[in-house]
Amino acid sequence: MSLIRITSPHAHRPGNTGSVMLTVLMATLPGLAAMTFFFGWGTLIQVLWGSLLAIALEAACVKLRQRPVSFYLTDYSALVTAVLIGLALPPFAPWWVMTVGIIVAIIIAKQLYGGMGSNPFNPAMVAYALLLVSFPIQMTSWAGPFVMNGDGWAVVSLGDTLSAIFGTAGAAVDAHTMATPLDIMRHRGGFTTEEMWVKDALLANGIGAWHAVSAAYFMGGVFLLYKKIFTWHTPVAMLASLTLLATLSFLLMPDQYPDPFFHLTTGATMLGAFFIATDPVTSATSNKGKLWFGAGIGLLVFVIRTWGNYPDAVAFAILLMNLCAPFIDQYTQPRSYGHAKPNRGMK
Amino acid sequence: MTDYLLIIISTVLVNNFVLVQFLGLCPFMGVSNKLETAMGMSLATTFVLTLSSVCSYLVYTYLLAPLEITYLKTISFILVIAVVVQFTEMVVRKTSPLLYKLLGIFLPLITTNCAVLGVALLNIKKMNGFVDSIVYGFGAAVGFSLALILFSAMRERITVADVPAPFQGTAIGMVTAGLMSLAFLGFTGLVQF
Repeated sequence: MSLIRITSPHAHRPGNTGSVMLTVLMATLPGLAAMTFFFGWGTLIQVLWGSLLAIALEAACVKLRQRPVSFYLTDYSALVTAVLIGLALPPFAPWWVMTVGIIVAIIIAKQLYGGMGSNPFNPAMVAYALLLVSFPIQMTSWAGPFVMNGDGWAVVSLGDTLSAIFGTAGAAVDAHTMATPLDIMRHRGGFTTEEMWVKDALLANGIGAWHAVSAAYFMGGVFLLYKKIFTWHTPVAMLASLTLLATLSFLLMPDQYPDPFFHLTTGATMLGAFFIATDPVTSATSNKGKLWFGAGIGLLVFVIRTWGNYPDAVAFAILLMNLCAPFIDQYTQPRSYGHAKPNRGMK
Repeated sequence: MTDYLLIIISTVLVNNFVLVQFLGLCPFMGVSNKLETAMGMSLATTFVLTLSSVCSYLVYTYLLAPLEITYLKTISFILVIAVVVQFTEMVVRKTSPLLYKLLGIFLPLITTNCAVLGVALLNIKKMNGFVDSIVYGFGAAVGFSLALILFSAMRERITVADVPAPFQGTAIGMVTAGLMSLAFLGFTGLVQF
């Protein structure tokens, strides 16, 4: 009788970056479907256009550096970046907005640092923040959810959407763009939050679309957790600190601050918590570090949403914590067994 | 009390001297290669900035203003700052010879740190009152330290990255500083000053 002895790790399937990224792409599908369902063809077109550009640029950069192109393209990280930007942009944003975003994300935020694994900032969020600062008009006119217009699904036809994105005929969709719920809550001009819920049409009737999109991202995130793509620390810490702050402020002054449920289910909270903050490259490394990292994002999201100029703060909060991540890592390094606690800092 | 808190938030986050007003870039790029050196530099700069904003306020209010020679403010502030830096150098040399060696040329170079002169001049323009000036100087120093320390932790990581040859060293440092400054734009509007 012969015994087969195999040493650990007992992996029955080799894992690689490509398969992880494909799982992430799969997890964005419910969110993409929900966005397309509620806001029309725009999101789908943005995602496809962005992916095309990202792959072309990534291939060009890798070729310039004389590395094997197919090897670097099949880690699919450029594709994930493009999909995330596509989901974050307003559905009717013109084609050049996406083009500028992809150029910044792939070349400046990623390839200048040496490609995947070396970038200190999340490329998708660098692109989004830069676009938001540079083109505020294009970046803040969001499509209205179809439930508001009452004419059935896809009020703006595929052709109209295409001509709005790639042509100069933006007028066809102008009637269907509006602010986001966060934007409305931020600039409510002296009204209390309760009055806004009754007065504003989008908050009164259309908020369900945002809830559904957030739920879709949440489902995708739970799927990734189940697949063990990331640990629970970052998203839980981020959502917990945001909920805590929102609840405290809501209990203190319910007419000045929106309720915690609003913070969790509008804007990019869920997308940010599960798909962007968990980026293994740009977040903290140890579990303790991830808790600090996530809690910091939650705090910054609340602070910037409540007092800052930009209504949705997820991109800036994640970038700000990205730049704290190496510092957090320095001070949350786990002690290796049998060694004393390291003595860091000034001597 | 709220006023002082707002001044601190404004100088540390919203109008960060390095990342938003682009002052004091030479030590920001020069001393950020190692985290520990950056921390020493931050402490020294904090000390100098706070002390020099106190001294320059006193010099301006009790010497230049009564004599009506406020047009001499730039030149007299430079003198005040040079004295404070010299004093700091003596203190650091006595208390921490290792830090003195690590900081090297950058310690006397705090004299030419434009953030220090910038704070002294902006103090006269923007702040009124003695305590305001101290808080403003201290806030500016904390903002400088925050940017410098986070940046140096980041640069330690970038050093081991596979950066394309033309961008290695200071070039990628500049790109990183630009992206940091983009991130700090998120604080716009927190405080109006």
